Amino acid sequence: MSGASTKISELRLEHVSRGFGGALALDGLDLTIEGGEFVALLGPSGCGKSTALNCLAGLLPLTDGAIWLDDRRIDGIPPEQRGFGMVFQNYALFPHMTVRANIGFGLRMAHTAKAEARHRVDEALNLVQLGEHAGKFPGQLSGGQQQRVAIARAIVMEPALVLMDEPLSNLDAKLRLEMRTEIKRIHQTLGLTTIYVTHDQEEALSLADRLVLLREGKVQQIGAPEDVYSDPANRFVAGFMGYRNELELPVTSVAEKTVVLGELTGTRREDLGEVAVAAIRPEDFTVGDGPNPMEVTVEVVEYQGREQAIQARTSSGAALHVRADARLAPGDRVTVSVPPERVLVFAAESPAAPEEVA
Amino acid sequence: MSTIPAPKRLTLRPGAWLVWGAVAFFLLILLGVVGAVVVDSFGTKWFDGWLPSGWTSRWYGTTWREFDLGSVLWVTLEVALAVVVVSLLVGVPAAYALARRAFPGKRVLMVAFLLPILIPPITYGVPLATVLYKFHLAGKLTGVILANLVPAVPFVILVMTPFIEQIDPKIESAARMCGASTRVIFTRILGPLLVPGMLAAAILVLVRTVGMFELTFLTAGPDSQTLVVALYYSVSAAGIRAQQEIDAMAVIYTLSMLVLLVAALRFVNPTQLVTQIKETD
Amino acid sequence: MASVAHPRIALRHRLAERGLDRTLLLLIPAIIFVVALFIYPFVYGLQLSFQPQPGSEAVRRYGSGPFADYRDFFADPYLRNTIWTTLKIGLPAALFNVLASVPIAYRMRGRFRGKRTITTILVVPITLGTVLTAEGLLAFMGPAGWLNRVLMDLGVVDHPVRLTHNYWGVLFSLIITGFPFAFLLTLSYLTGIDPTLERAAATLGAGWWQRFRHITLPLLAPGLGITFCLSFVLAFSVFPSAIMVGDPSGQTRVISIAAFHAAFEQYDYPMASAIAMIMGAVELIVIGAVLGWRSRLYRGATGGKG
Repeated sequence: MSGASTKISELRLEHVSRGFGGALALDGLDLTIEGGEFVALLGPSGCGKSTALNCLAGLLPLTDGAIWLDDRRIDGIPPEQRGFGMVFQNYALFPHMTVRANIGFGLRMAHTAKAEARHRVDEALNLVQLGEHAGKFPGQLSGGQQQRVAIARAIVMEPALVLMDEPLSNLDAKLRLEMRTEIKRIHQTLGLTTIYVTHDQEEALSLADRLVLLREGKVQQIGAPEDVYSDPANRFVAGFMGYRNELELPVTSVAEKTVVLGELTGTRREDLGEVAVAAIRPEDFTVGDGPNPMEVTVEVVEYQGREQAIQARTSSGAALHVRADARLAPGDRVTVSVPPERVLVFAAESPAAPEEVA
Repeated sequence: MSTIPAPKRLTLRPGAWLVWGAVAFFLLILLGVVGAVVVDSFGTKWFDGWLPSGWTSRWYGTTWREFDLGSVLWVTLEVALAVVVVSLLVGVPAAYALARRAFPGKRVLMVAFLLPILIPPITYGVPLATVLYKFHLAGKLTGVILANLVPAVPFVILVMTPFIEQIDPKIESAARMCGASTRVIFTRILGPLLVPGMLAAAILVLVRTVGMFELTFLTAGPDSQTLVVALYYSVSAAGIRAQQEIDAMAVIYTLSMLVLLVAALRFVNPTQLVTQIKETD
Repeated sequence: MASVAHPRIALRHRLAERGLDRTLLLLIPAIIFVVALFIYPFVYGLQLSFQPQPGSEAVRRYGSGPFADYRDFFADPYLRNTIWTTLKIGLPAALFNVLASVPIAYRMRGRFRGKRTITTILVVPITLGTVLTAEGLLAFMGPAGWLNRVLMDLGVVDHPVRLTHNYWGVLFSLIITGFPFAFLLTLSYLTGIDPTLERAAATLGAGWWQRFRHITLPLLAPGLGITFCLSFVLAFSVFPSAIMVGDPSGQTRVISIAAFHAAFEQYDYPMASAIAMIMGAVELIVIGAVLGWRSRLYRGATGGKG
């Protein structure tokens, strides 16, 4: 049992792979995580992010590779002896135990002295603001409260590593924002090394110190949120990071990083063929004249408070998502523009992000 | 009977009247069947007329002594409890494996476990009794218990598999992440969660074993009869015994079944006695 | 150490991927049990049925060949006819129980006060079992029983109707024990059908018969198939009631009586096994036919929560 050895200096994943019946769900993940870091594994469903988490937890054996905790190899150790904490998507609380017993279960397994255990459970309860619910059973709590219990259960041991498997995806939108702040606050308070799996790029960007983008079991990009956001490594990452507009256009000319695609000028991100894809974020457009002017007809307008989400159509018939402050109405014909450095050009053959996240 | 719910409006359609009429008729017949036995068991003589000519409770004493019901009930209890315990011990682990794992040959195994429930006891009871006699197990308690286990174990598996399936395997993972060993997971996590299911399975097996005529009949010897078999023999020996004695015995049987039934219904839904499809409300 | 341990882990997890791990050891007691107490006796009985007992009637008539008992069974009308006798009792009983349970369950599928009481009362005959039911029927429907008394007082009949010790007695007993079973099964299938489906049909202009005919019945039909099979299995193995309220040497000499007679009165186990096998085969034919019909129906989700 090593549950008490809390702070680590480094967790190293070396070529961690996991196959299911021949196909690799996780293909050679190399990653070094520093103590206290908050790392998010991000990708669409089936990208291997949950597989990676379960491999780390020890719930799935590795097909290949190794996991090192400082200088100790841990991938052969069963999950109950790794001393990690884990938060599950559906909470996985013990339904027959009170909130207090749920949170204290790990301490009981570690044979912590009664008084000490009580004190630590109280602390955890305060941290997740559930003090007055300690005697209730999970069935009597709301979804958000249950997730707080699950988090408290995972952190009460101050484990070397906290694993979170899409902990917010079962909550409604408002609660999700609230819990996001909560998780951030807890991480800032305790400084526990955390690996967080999600398919929601907003969640990952707002929580993590570093993002790992996965696609079909392979790493696409590793970097700080602002790097990944403004400088996506490929078309897949761009699609995932909110570059919702993808215009497929013939390449007119290429000069260093500058590409001209007909009337649109953009920044080249990789080697191009005859046809390329220009990826543009809706919020990078401005209504009015400027660089890369485009004449569009407004089709759908969604009011979103300070801004409007607009679906428009270019004269060539391509659909365009634009966010604008200006008040527009369906049928308006306006000019929108976008600076060339905000138009990322990828090869048309590059894999795109799946529809549901684009 | 007071149990038929009074229709809220008297303007029910003829179809509804027909249905409720049929139910009432069925319940009336049922009442008559059970009532006739009960009334007769308390009568002194009843040859003609609506009711016996006099009332007495002495038949219960005579039937208890002459059929040695004390030891018959004891045998019934022994058989039933042994069957319940063994079938749970064998059935629950198997149900766990079936609920948690998909493996080659699982369907074949499921069919093998289901057959003893689908095939009527008398069909496999004859070859089973033959085998048990060959190994000198039939004719005594062991044989009766073994024979009754044949439908009981699959029944436990059938009840417990969906029950275990609806317990999230993530809960086991969560316990593991908290440092619980396999043994602790079974004793502290799964055990308490499975208690309601095991209780339901145990009571259903108990009811079915006490009521199981065919298998016990085929394998029991004179000292290993359960109540239902003793009742059958007393009926076929009618003419030697007073009818009221037999009826008194039938009432004792009914009462013991009703006690079990009331106990059972505290824990299980009536439909569970025949099926495992969960009733949605 | 790690490099040594690695291939072993890999092999174990390759097996685990196919679902083979130590959890499956939990199945072993149950497998041993089903093999020893169910499959072995069945196989034993099957091979025993091909080894006619020397000196038995079958051997005298058809020699000691493996099929002597089967030939004897099908040649002797007294034995052969037990199949028809059983089917004549079992099929109508099962059919009646299923058909009668549909309208009643349909009427009771909603929630109302006393529903649990009614279902509880209906469970009583299942637990009473055939022996007690038969005993009660003898008293209730016998020549001097309450039923005949009511019929005569009402002037429906002049002298007592014979309802016991014949075909009708057995049929009644099968209905009394079998109907609640069929009813509860049908009810649980019906409550598994999402009631909003019918409401949706109603908003589209379907009357109650159309709703039942086009929405409920098609979704219920596969369940009814299963209900019929289980009811038939119960009715087909009719044994104590055929002896007690029936006419065990004539009208209600069912196949299980023949098997019992061969085994425990003539001590001709091969013949008894042969009859048991024939019994199982006939039953499987009927069930197979019903399941074959069922497989052509829609069997997907019924929208219920269960």
